[in-house]
Amino acid sequence: MEAKEINPNIDRNEKVISIRGLKKAFDDFEVLKGVDLDLFKGENLVVLGRSGTGKSVLIKIISGLLYGDEGSVNVLGKEVGTLKPRELDALRLKIGFSFQNSALYDSMTVRENLEFPLVRHAKHMSEAEREELIHYVLEAVGLAQAINQMPSELSGGQRKRIGIARTLILKPEIMLYDEPTAGLDPITCIEINNLINEVQSRFNTSSIIITHDLTCARAVGDRVVMLLDGQFQREGTFEEVFDSNDERVQSFYNYNFID
Amino acid sequence: MDLDKNKPGSAPARRRYVTTRRLDRIFVELANIYRFNARFFKEMWFPPYEFKEIIKQCYEIGVRSLPLISLTGFIIGIVFTNQSRPSLADFGATSLLPALISVAIIRAIGPLVTALIAAGRVGSAIGAELGSMRVTEQIDAMEVSATNPFKFLVVSRVLASTLMIPALTMYTTLVSLLGGYLNVHQNELTTLTTFFYQVFDAITFLDIVASSIKSVIFGFTIGMVGCYKGYNSSKGTEGVGKAANSSVVTAMFLIFIEELLIMQVINAIRAF
Repeated sequence: MEAKEINPNIDRNEKVISIRGLKKAFDDFEVLKGVDLDLFKGENLVVLGRSGTGKSVLIKIISGLLYGDEGSVNVLGKEVGTLKPRELDALRLKIGFSFQNSALYDSMTVRENLEFPLVRHAKHMSEAEREELIHYVLEAVGLAQAINQMPSELSGGQRKRIGIARTLILKPEIMLYDEPTAGLDPITCIEINNLINEVQSRFNTSSIIITHDLTCARAVGDRVVMLLDGQFQREGTFEEVFDSNDERVQSFYNYNFID
Repeated sequence: MDLDKNKPGSAPARRRYVTTRRLDRIFVELANIYRFNARFFKEMWFPPYEFKEIIKQCYEIGVRSLPLISLTGFIIGIVFTNQSRPSLADFGATSLLPALISVAIIRAIGPLVTALIAAGRVGSAIGAELGSMRVTEQIDAMEVSATNPFKFLVVSRVLASTLMIPALTMYTTLVSLLGGYLNVHQNELTTLTTFFYQVFDAITFLDIVASSIKSVIFGFTIGMVGCYKGYNSSKGTEGVGKAANSSVVTAMFLIFIEELLIMQVINAIRAF
């Protein structure tokens, strides 16, 4: 595992996301039961939990794709639930969202996928500047050669990388990763973990990584929180979180193959 | 008196519950359809305008439908003329064939056949494409990158469909008339000039206006139904199939209803 490079110029006490008492239910099923969470500038926060515990719901609420039923979600000083559409769009430009299935636009080439947000939100850029930026982010994710390929021609790991490149192109302050290593082979998982760390150091992003993969959690997480029964039950470094006699925590650990 | 009918858990109470839930769902669906349409009419006027996407969709809907429309329209023209001849021949009125073909094709067959073919080809494609984009979170990806997916996907497709179906209708009408002409020419030796003179002599300005308005409404219906079904498709691959299928079925059903209603209105105007 590669050692993480930490930018010493970042004020790590500054909160970029602050969530208090967040509740969310779907019909009668309460997924989040009063969640409190802080994300500090420049840190990688891993949210662990079993499938269906509301991890993805949490980051969808942060990005304004879903709304919470109760509680406050403050992102970069803005209360997400109260923003007007235009204000929400402005905030979204500072948030990068990497989807579980990459969510690349099937009908567009890699270049067009990366150009898509630029054409709409960086109108001041010339075509040459745009091209340069596309090459820069593609190089950052190690896929400069894939520029003219269609998403269907890429492997799962490559699609994930391009998905991350597409979110990086608008230089976000916050990255939200939804199951970044789901469905990938162990070698590709390590590559994605390294990429997440590289994004953190190279682009100075603060990130929330949603996963149930403990190898990923240990490799990328500066801090780990564990979502159990709709609330965060454990918080700390990877070792601190799993230094517990709680049967649910231990069973979660034992079902993952690490070391 | 049946004292058990209001008891919770009894068969009548369960039936009432199921009926209420069904009615609820119908009203919620109607409200969603209304909101979807209202959003389209609101968003189409305001920038940013997705001209590039509209042109791309015009090409997909219009140009790429041409081979199928040409073949179908041409065959319908021949078959309709062939099937109409014996009835007119019984009265010794085969010379009225061009007029009959003209009225039938321009007033009804042209717009209807074009709309039905487009509902099958375009409606299902839009439903499946948007459905699969919804399922694979591509629509969410657009939204989180601060791009309005409704404007990019829905407004562009509905506008393209509303613009291209009338154009395709005109083309189908022309191709069907050509098919009819070939059949008439082969059997009655009518010249092209005479045929088209009789064709245009039989129709009125109202026929052309009505046909055009009808095809605009059909185009809007096909685009809107495909987009609504796809955009709101439920999760999973099954949802994509259902979106494509119900886009075609619903659009065809609405096209027939609209044809019936517009025909009544036009007939009333004609009588007036």
